[in-house]
Amino acid sequence: MNQLRGKAWKFGDDIDTDAIIPARYLNTSDPQELAAHCMEDADPSFAGKVQPGDIIVAGKNFGCGSSREHAPIAIKAAGISCVIAASFARIFYRNAFNIGLPIFESPEAAAKIREGDEVMVDVESGTITNLTRREQYRATPVPPFMQEIIAAGGLINYVARRLKG
Amino acid sequence: MPMTITEKILAAHAGLDRVEPGQLINVRVDLALGNDITAPVAIREFQRIGVEKVFDRERVVLVPDHFVPNKDIKSAEQAKILRDFARQQQLTHYYEVGRMGIEHCLLPEEGLVGPGDVVIGADSHTCTYGALGAFATGVGSTDLAAAMALGELWLKVPESIKFIYYGELQPWVGGKDLILYTIGQIGVDGALYRAMEFTGPAISALSMDGRLTMANMAVEAGAKNGIVPPDEITLNYVRGRAKRPYRVYQSDPDARYAAVYEFDVSKLEPQVAFPHLPSNVRPVSEAGHVEIQQVVIGSCTNGRLEDLRLAARVLQGKKVHPDVRLIIIPGTQEIYRTALKEGLVEIFIEAGAAVSTPTCGPCLGGHMGILAAGERCLATTNRNFVGRMGHPESEVYLCNPAVAAASAILGRIAAPQEVL
Repeated sequence: MNQLRGKAWKFGDDIDTDAIIPARYLNTSDPQELAAHCMEDADPSFAGKVQPGDIIVAGKNFGCGSSREHAPIAIKAAGISCVIAASFARIFYRNAFNIGLPIFESPEAAAKIREGDEVMVDVESGTITNLTRREQYRATPVPPFMQEIIAAGGLINYVARRLKG
Repeated sequence: MPMTITEKILAAHAGLDRVEPGQLINVRVDLALGNDITAPVAIREFQRIGVEKVFDRERVVLVPDHFVPNKDIKSAEQAKILRDFARQQQLTHYYEVGRMGIEHCLLPEEGLVGPGDVVIGADSHTCTYGALGAFATGVGSTDLAAAMALGELWLKVPESIKFIYYGELQPWVGGKDLILYTIGQIGVDGALYRAMEFTGPAISALSMDGRLTMANMAVEAGAKNGIVPPDEITLNYVRGRAKRPYRVYQSDPDARYAAVYEFDVSKLEPQVAFPHLPSNVRPVSEAGHVEIQQVVIGSCTNGRLEDLRLAARVLQGKKVHPDVRLIIIPGTQEIYRTALKEGLVEIFIEAGAAVSTPTCGPCLGGHMGILAAGERCLATTNRNFVGRMGHPESEVYLCNPAVAAASAILGRIAAPQEVL
């Protein structure tokens, strides 16, 4: 799937992992259970209204705080196709690649996309198209090594392949 | 080509003579760590890789500490995944309730981390070990799974930021105040992807416990790692403890930094971080009248012996305010036992505090002190995000152990001087 398309849900700066998936739900790692509480402390109604393919658009430092991989797992399992942010906290950034949740860093897109805009992302080129406003933005290119991880289908497949030599 | 301490450690573990910021490298991992939240996912992913055994059974450490003693059936199931895996893999360093501690208090105490090590942990506060002159960073569960299989991890060499602290600290001011002040100055993404190198006379004079507190919260500024160049205090701490050989690295005098910050901290007051970001910091004298219903002293940030001693000095002969629950959590069994021997626990109970077995518990809103809607807690922990310690409409304020103790007595945020 090279193109992702969905409605934008906007969030602010410094959205932390406690907001993405509160620790009170971390006594499980089941993706569907986690998805039911995705973004709960930032927007309690989020899990109920999000549609498959929808896109989270946030400000700077998205995913700061805990190392919990439950955060990108919850977002992915909620049906979100990708996250666009002005910047990402580093552990969240790694985790998203490792589990195969596409993420795109673009301060311009984060600033210009409005809630409810229809957005399309070309995964390979990192081109973000705002269909509602007829605008295009560029995402920061992903290093080739990380593209290999994505192409392999996540870090585990990448490592398994490497070990088989 | 000059290098920082972080670059030197990473180069040595990548088998390279030198590395530069931005370079992608594979590093050998001296220790890989997981807990009862992150390791169940890591173990599940590890089993998908298709290898039988972890790379080294003495270098994979599992510590159930977040929701233990098990708070409910689901938590019990998660902790059991760790226990079963540790047994099956014959891990040397699995720590059970009653013999354990909060991971980042426990590993240094056990001598599992030494200067010059590369440590990765599926817990964001793994950066704590930078206080020992190691490179230590938090990762997710899948990274931990890969490291458990391979004994290595890919990393991007971070740029370093140098922080130089000048001056002698005032009474009741310590590592927590230095790091809160720093985060207040640079913001919660002020060191994003970067190494924070803590130096200067005030750091040289800081105890190991104070340094561990500082490095612990480097992640709260977005940093990849925090690091304190090893000195006599470091070596005194690791001598007789270290379970593996270690190596001391120092930054070259002409090493390159992305930024250098110089702070005169001689007049610094105890700091308090207001909701809902660790960067929302003010001096305690400017806190105003903030009533609190709960105080927590503990966590991987401030659950060490020095922290408990400071709290006891303030609480001795005093009573906790009638409207406040004071919860004190020693970071490890060893810290707990020493606190008992020194009479600290007696002081706490006499004052009307609850003293708990080591657990991360309330810090992340797990158990052992969850807040109701509208309640405020002053805590020596590390995060004050919305809903961090319970109800999304509760509030968490962060401070050092002496301020926490004084505030527990007065029922509002207060400086230690107000009760002494």
